[in-house]
Amino acid sequence: MTAAVASEKPEMPDSSGAPKKDGAAAAASLRSAARTYVERVRGGELGALPAVLGLIVLCAFFAALRPVFLSELNFANLLTQGAGSIAIAMGLVFVLLLGEIDLSAGYASGVCAAVLAILLTDNGWPWYGAAAAAILTGTVIGLVLGLLVAKVGIPSFVVTLAAFLGFQGIVLMLLKEGTNISIRDQTILAVANSNLSPALGWVLLAVSVAAYGAIQFRQDRNRRRRGLVTVPLSLLAVRVGGLAALGAVAVHLLNQERSRNIIVDSLKGVPIVVPVIAVLLVAGTFLLQRTSFGLHIYAVGGNAEAARRAGINVAAIRVSAFVICSSLAAVGGIIAASRGNSVDPNTGGSNVLLLAVGAAVIGGTSLFGGRGRIVDAVLGGMVVAVIQNGMGLMGYSSGVKYAVTGSVLLVAAGVDALSRRRAVQR
Amino acid sequence: MTATPILQLRGIDKSFGPVQVLHDVAFDVHPGEVTALVGDNGAGKSTLVKCIGGIHPIDGGTYRFEGEQVQVHSPRDAAAMGVEIVYQDLALCDNLDIVQNMFLGREKRRGLVLDDATMEEMAAKTLEGLSVRTVKSIRQQVSSLSGGQRQTVAIAKAVLWNSKVVILDEPTAALGVAQTAQVLELVRRLADNGLAVVLISHNMNDVFAVSDRIAALYLGRMAAQVRTSDVTHSQVVELITSGRSGDLGLAHTNGATA
Repeated sequence: MTAAVASEKPEMPDSSGAPKKDGAAAAASLRSAARTYVERVRGGELGALPAVLGLIVLCAFFAALRPVFLSELNFANLLTQGAGSIAIAMGLVFVLLLGEIDLSAGYASGVCAAVLAILLTDNGWPWYGAAAAAILTGTVIGLVLGLLVAKVGIPSFVVTLAAFLGFQGIVLMLLKEGTNISIRDQTILAVANSNLSPALGWVLLAVSVAAYGAIQFRQDRNRRRRGLVTVPLSLLAVRVGGLAALGAVAVHLLNQERSRNIIVDSLKGVPIVVPVIAVLLVAGTFLLQRTSFGLHIYAVGGNAEAARRAGINVAAIRVSAFVICSSLAAVGGIIAASRGNSVDPNTGGSNVLLLAVGAAVIGGTSLFGGRGRIVDAVLGGMVVAVIQNGMGLMGYSSGVKYAVTGSVLLVAAGVDALSRRRAVQR
Repeated sequence: MTATPILQLRGIDKSFGPVQVLHDVAFDVHPGEVTALVGDNGAGKSTLVKCIGGIHPIDGGTYRFEGEQVQVHSPRDAAAMGVEIVYQDLALCDNLDIVQNMFLGREKRRGLVLDDATMEEMAAKTLEGLSVRTVKSIRQQVSSLSGGQRQTVAIAKAVLWNSKVVILDEPTAALGVAQTAQVLELVRRLADNGLAVVLISHNMNDVFAVSDRIAALYLGRMAAQVRTSDVTHSQVVELITSGRSGDLGLAHTNGATA
């Protein structure tokens, strides 16, 4: 074990670019890793590349035209604006991985938000009881949708289109024909409206980077000891360092005072939704990448018949994907209720679903199933939020915003279809 | 050679709706031997194999494995007994890598977490045991493999589990000359290692090159099951095309008698 640690050490400084003897070898292995990546992209596996590039281009574009886009206040706004649809998009990734669709996720989040508001405000439940009931509502919705798709065999498009309309009606009924229920519970309101203290922000970042690094290096050492193929250590160091650097910039910016009038109210720190989304991201990634359940989702999405012949219970996988999707939609609904300070018949309505599907697809999750990751939802969700936010700052009407977001979704779906064709042709 | 067949089917019937595909089929498979299953298109070879593998439930007849009568309801049941099938359409997931495909449905885990390192080791060892050196990395996606490489992965997947019966559905149909020779060599090696191998093939050269016994299906009936050394090339072709050849084959078939 000590020998393994010692062998790591000489390579560590290379990420900082020190040209030593070992540095040449590490640089070469980094180059070959880069080459493999380029080959993968050429082969049609674009992954998150379009979303990351899009994000950079969009940010540069809006920053050039409207300098206020780069302000700390706007950066924090961007995160809280995107959080609700990111949570819904994360759930949609599970369903999209199977090659199915859930058009009702938006209004499902509305129904769950309505349940939350009624229990909190009208019935005086504590926040944890109401939130649990809202998520349970999502779970039941997902169970029903999943059984209709997997057991009865109705195409998911039709089931969830019907549910889209039905849930819209249920929200209206729950809210007594369109009254607005305000949320007064401080804990629920804090989710989208309050911030971590600056110190806590740094602590959380340090803990996550340390945990990520520890997991990566432990895995690498285990594989090295068994003589299996490993990625170069320098690449691991770049990954961990990259996460630390990005996180540090974000936490530093968010810890700046962004209140317009400090006397009235101090406003600084990382918004609470950020760690909430981060926890969902880690949990979802773990589920999809490290457990057999996740592997079976990919298998069913890639070749359902092969999965069935391998003894996988395909129907159970389908149902659980819908359950996860609607449960995460409920989380999205809670975030939306918190951000809006209230629940009305439009919560989860209008463009919420389109933005969430757009987020997943723009992030690189395929509409044809079998390809995608949870982080896609976050990256794509940020792209969508930047478009909405930036165009709002430019003073465009919501009509233009809808049209542009719709076009971006079409472009992303086009990239998906073309890259898939390219992969098939090989 | 060996007295008791490891797999013994008697009187198997199978219908899809109004169409009866298998009529009273008998079929024996012996360990250490390659049994070739031949027949024209639509003779029922694939259906018979799917019944053995638990994909289709049988309508009637008995299924004996190692002398015991068994009920096979799902691919899992068949796999639990040690029956593995390599399908014509390979049944691999393009979006997963070689290791993931080989372990699909039977992943090694440590607690909740997939034990990738162990699976990778076992997969590498199996491929090595089959003298497979054509794949660049066992972590590459199946979508990037050639036809021969896919066939190899599918066969490796079947032998990974210390299986007793391996059924290969036209393993050489899509392969070039060199790769066909490699796969046939692999098939022979499986039988020499004591496995019972069933080889479905249209290619008489392949059948005579590796098989010990030949079973010929004709229009959903078992025309004959004979030792390869007892028959000639043309007798097998007659069995396939008309269900009978001299004394061999079906005594009376509808339409085949003049």
